[in-house]
Amino acid sequence: MSNIYRNKKYVLFFLVPAFLFLVVYLYYPFLVNIYGSFRQIKNLGTYGTKWNEPFYDNYVKLVTDPVVWTSLKNTVLMIVATIVGQVGIALLLALLVDNIEKGTQFFRTVYFFPIVISATALGLLFNLIFLYDKGMLNQFLELFGKTTLTDWKGEKLAIFTMMLPVVWQYVGFYFVILETGLNNISQELYESAAIDGATRFQRVIYISIPLLRNVICTCLTLGVTGALKVFDLPWTMFPKGMPLKETFLTGTYMYYQTMEAKNVDYGATLAVLIVVLGVLLSRFTRKVFKESEDF
Amino acid sequence: MKRNKLGLAVLYIILGAWAATTIYPLFWVLENSFKAKDKILNNSFALPVGDLFTLANYKRAFDRLDILHAYVNSIFISACVTLGVMMLAGLASFALVRFDFKLKKFCHTMVIAAMMFPVFSTIIPVYTMETGWHITNTSSWILNMVSVILPQIAGNISFAIIVLMGYVQSLPLELEEAAHLEGCSIPQIFFRIVVPLGKPSFVTVAIFSFLWSYNDLFTQMFFLRRPEMQAITRLLNELTSKEGTNYGLMASAVTLVIIPVIVVYIFLQKYIIKGMTAGAVKG
Repeated sequence: MSNIYRNKKYVLFFLVPAFLFLVVYLYYPFLVNIYGSFRQIKNLGTYGTKWNEPFYDNYVKLVTDPVVWTSLKNTVLMIVATIVGQVGIALLLALLVDNIEKGTQFFRTVYFFPIVISATALGLLFNLIFLYDKGMLNQFLELFGKTTLTDWKGEKLAIFTMMLPVVWQYVGFYFVILETGLNNISQELYESAAIDGATRFQRVIYISIPLLRNVICTCLTLGVTGALKVFDLPWTMFPKGMPLKETFLTGTYMYYQTMEAKNVDYGATLAVLIVVLGVLLSRFTRKVFKESEDF
Repeated sequence: MKRNKLGLAVLYIILGAWAATTIYPLFWVLENSFKAKDKILNNSFALPVGDLFTLANYKRAFDRLDILHAYVNSIFISACVTLGVMMLAGLASFALVRFDFKLKKFCHTMVIAAMMFPVFSTIIPVYTMETGWHITNTSSWILNMVSVILPQIAGNISFAIIVLMGYVQSLPLELEEAAHLEGCSIPQIFFRIVVPLGKPSFVTVAIFSFLWSYNDLFTQMFFLRRPEMQAITRLLNELTSKEGTNYGLMASAVTLVIIPVIVVYIFLQKYIIKGMTAGAVKG
């Protein structure tokens, strides 16, 4: 370290503002939330009057609450949809774009822009698209001769309808990351493979994908952690877990219990569950992706 | 490298098909926002020309919804969050890279770990805390704005510190040493050299924070519950439950919210794409 930075009287000046925020708005509330999950809190904005009886009551409720299991199941589905849908489609598109010369920038721009738009606005948009009585999709199917209307938001298709826009919105994000990764692969590798007689398909399988492995792993990690944070789109399209509390994710269920059902301490408990889930998942993904890193 | 024409055509068709899925829905909602609400359901693919064309939905949107007010609120919140994040993260990242001190490692771990906290796990106590300070659910506009700005700053700060630390690390130390010899104090070095030279990194952080804050619904649902305090995403969410069946109004409201964002995106797309993917690409 350089001489000029030996004088440490300025360290506090630089560090205190940011770390004050971290402590007051993240670390302290995080702990208070765990405390709150053992209390009885009737009104949001209070610390509760007394302890639950027994104090772990909310955690018993957590395990026996069928909606928790539904939301866990949906969250796992969301993770799978993210991996297969978002990263899968993005990888396919990126590999295809790598083969063209004209229009790359256009596709980059067009694919990316749903991310910029608020998920709430997209939720409203998709509400219109999936409308039962003649939204865009049902009218479209009618053009192809389908005579019955499809109930996209009904019990059967609700989960699918909820996840489709989430997947759709983020394909462009992973597309840009993967495409940047592909551009970093040296053209010479492909050329020498071509000289050796490798087909286009073989070049993708034996050069692009292996060299892209780390980037793909980054995308998957981001996708898994991102799937836990999804809130806006599902809440706008399927508020309160409609229909029949079938479409809750862990995040939306936490909001529902806190704000709609006025079960603030139970909401806090669900938040603890989300944290545990997040920690387990990031451990898991890190382990899975580390093992396959030897290249 | 040679390739056959047919193969290339197939490539463009597949790529074009995905592009259509991102462009067409927006075009569809735009064209239907100019039709009377009962006409949308008959044939939503027809262009709004001749008799079909009407501005009634927009008139209604401006009459019924306080869209302009919501815009002002949204932009004010996001601008403050952006400024706050840039300042605090800028200061902290500089110290974390340049100074050697006892708790440096610990501080660094604290920043990384803070990124793991989902907003769900802190929101209830944050609300309680701010209620104790009397800044939630008040009739004071500025206090209500502050109540949502502060947690949003906290939510973005650790990511911004990581990005900016990468920048400070890449800055040659000689420059700062030269400035020191010229008699610059450390705060002067920071404000006159480190900040101006780091413009691209600060722009990245700014774009990320602004968009994140502008689009965030969850925090707004907690802190902006009074109608006159609503920001754009909160307003839209409210609209679904109140006027969910007025499809014309919905279409015009969605259009009004999306269009400005698209215009900004078209002009700044290079920076926006870089800003949004910065965290991922840097690993």
